[in-house]
Amino acid sequence: MQKVYERPESMADVQMSYCPGCLHGTVHRMIAEVIDELGVREQVVGVCPVGCAVFMYEYMSCDMIEAAHGRAPAVATGVKRVLPDSVVFTYQGDGDLAAIGTAEIIHAAARGERITTIFINNTTYGMTGGQMAPTTLLGQKSTTCPTGREAMREGFPIRVCELLATLDGPIYLARVAPVNAAGLVKTKNAIKKAFQKQLEGRGFSLVEVLCNCPTQLKVSPIDSLKWVEENMVPYYPLGEFVDR
Amino acid sequence: MAERVLMKGNEAIVRGAIAGGCRAFFGYPITPQNEIPECMSRLMPKAGGVFLQAESELAAISMVYGAAAAGVRTMTSSSSPGISLKQEGISYIAGAELPCVIANVQRGGPGLGNIAAAQSDYFQSTRGGGHGDYRTLVLAPWSVMECYTLTAEAFDIADEYRNPCLVLLDAVIGQMIEAIEIPDWKPKVPPKPWTTTGAKGRPANVVNSLYIIPSDLEEVNNRIQARYKHAAEHLTRAQSIRTEDADVVLVAYGCSARVCRSVVDMARGEGIRAGLLRPITLYPFPTREIDALAERGKRFLVVEMSSGQMVEDVRLAVEGKSEVRFYGRTGGVVPAPAEIVEQVKAMAKASSGSTTVNRQPTTVN
Amino acid sequence: MHQEVVMAGAGGDGIMMIGQLLAHAAVLEGKNIVWFPSYGPESRGGPADCTVILSTDEIGSPIASTPDVLIALNQMQLDKHAPTVRREGLILLNCSLAVPPKDRDDCRVISIPASEIAEKAGAVKATNMVMLGCYAAVAKPVTLESIIKALPEVLPAHRHNLLPVNELALQRGAEMGVG
Repeated sequence: MQKVYERPESMADVQMSYCPGCLHGTVHRMIAEVIDELGVREQVVGVCPVGCAVFMYEYMSCDMIEAAHGRAPAVATGVKRVLPDSVVFTYQGDGDLAAIGTAEIIHAAARGERITTIFINNTTYGMTGGQMAPTTLLGQKSTTCPTGREAMREGFPIRVCELLATLDGPIYLARVAPVNAAGLVKTKNAIKKAFQKQLEGRGFSLVEVLCNCPTQLKVSPIDSLKWVEENMVPYYPLGEFVDR
Repeated sequence: MAERVLMKGNEAIVRGAIAGGCRAFFGYPITPQNEIPECMSRLMPKAGGVFLQAESELAAISMVYGAAAAGVRTMTSSSSPGISLKQEGISYIAGAELPCVIANVQRGGPGLGNIAAAQSDYFQSTRGGGHGDYRTLVLAPWSVMECYTLTAEAFDIADEYRNPCLVLLDAVIGQMIEAIEIPDWKPKVPPKPWTTTGAKGRPANVVNSLYIIPSDLEEVNNRIQARYKHAAEHLTRAQSIRTEDADVVLVAYGCSARVCRSVVDMARGEGIRAGLLRPITLYPFPTREIDALAERGKRFLVVEMSSGQMVEDVRLAVEGKSEVRFYGRTGGVVPAPAEIVEQVKAMAKASSGSTTVNRQPTTVN
Repeated sequence: MHQEVVMAGAGGDGIMMIGQLLAHAAVLEGKNIVWFPSYGPESRGGPADCTVILSTDEIGSPIASTPDVLIALNQMQLDKHAPTVRREGLILLNCSLAVPPKDRDDCRVISIPASEIAEKAGAVKATNMVMLGCYAAVAKPVTLESIIKALPEVLPAHRHNLLPVNELALQRGAEMGVG
């Protein structure tokens, strides 16, 4: 009998604590598959964020570091600079990367750190209870903008890939949405490409993954995927922003 | 005698760090410690190490966290306002049981304060500084020579205790030049099986300060506290100068200890038996040494360039057995020896007539 | 021997340099020294001063609150520091740019036209060296030979063409001190 699906070696044999329908687990698995396919598990040092993915270190079977909120790119810099042959990635949510950690991600990108960032944009602070994120869409309700985000009150959502694309340090920036079969394939491919770019040793790579949060959107998992497609993709266009 | 070379305190921090095996420095500019990153940027690459100027103090200390997790001896430096910013990372480093060294060239505060020498970060340094139940081990050099040796040793201490070790100096000690003899220094590096360097031929390691189950976190706290207890037994260090026959013992560290060193001779020149107890480790604090002097009836004058911080530790050590007075200057003012001699005289005079124990601080600003 | 000297001038006068030169000379003679700069938030211009403490004993306070000696290169710095000099101390001033203080009869005050002397020696920039040479001859913290010996350590390599003029300025200053 041919085995067509199994747990990647880079993934730990434990149950994840994510909400039903959440894409975090899917993206974790893709990262683990990519690490396996590139044969770099023994060189990998991953840096987890503060947020829903805070326990990612329990789900991976590679070396992992838990960073302070927003500081993952700085921690990753510290590792990569002293271990230049390691393969270093950060996994960060929108609050972690685009609010409290804005300085760290911009400067890691500007320095062209040879690290890879997987950026999960789900427009909300999921773990703390659905507060407004830097990527919350205009009009979108949250527990801290209960009447909906208003530009003149809460400001505009931040497009991270476009922002970082103005810098010379990144060599790969892509935005993907694993909300359908094609999107899943494209997401995996982008993550793999980002890691391959790191192995080339020429600069910084980041994949922004548009994700759902059925719990905070208070909709079914299927409807949350539709919501991403219908509401997020128009504001956060998909594609490769930098590839050099 | 070995060759004596002239060196600035801040440069001695750098050379001591490299001798101590430091191979990664992450910093951010702030006066009066700028010679440290500047000198590091020249010397660290020659030593085969990493120098990186971070985008902020927050980032710098997180880079230190990453490099420490990767098993490399690493440090950062700053001055008071910048050290406040680093507290986030210092707490995480303590929580993740990582070693690192931090140099604080103290300046006047609070707020932006000024760039003159002060000792007003004593509480922040010795009580932990950031959130949570941890301390930083604190070494306080009073000379350029000690800037070198204590920084070199700080890396051994940080590794031994898996805890941040703080070298606490001030603008005077950091900016002054003295002649030093470069010692032969051999770092003692323990094995580090916990590092995140890639899980090659071993199970994956995790560097983390998150323990969601309270009893798990309590266990970590107990382990950390046990290390501090060990440090109190084995690491505590103080220098006694002419305390044997002293009636008044000055207690001071760093720059103010240097001033008090002059005071001891000046007071004795005027017939007052003064001595100096200089804590070299501020945490762990030389409680036992001070207690022993108090038991012998010595009276204490604590001198700080602050409104009175270390004096609290002296009072805790003395436990009311003897008189403890305080003299401090703030805002970056360095007290002149003559000012302190007056305080010692007043104290000596008070003792000849009265046995009243004055537990109130005498603060002169 | 214990001597505390404050050197004061304007940014660019080479105050820090003569302080360090004195420090190097003291090390050559096996003495203990502390050099401490004053420094401000400005990167250029403004007053510049430093303290050098030389001693055959252990040095306590690195700050000279009542210095034994003041070397002042201009009027502003003389006015600022002259009141701090200890009684019976020494005030050495550059009378090319400053007039002696009226209220320090309790000190030994020596005025020399250091700028003119330096100019005659070949470089007005060496005014600092004239002052240091004079101080060395008067107060004898170290020998002039030690200072001259230390000169190449303090002067950056690309300025070593200026060693002779600096040495001459030191000697001219010293002559003023003994004369």
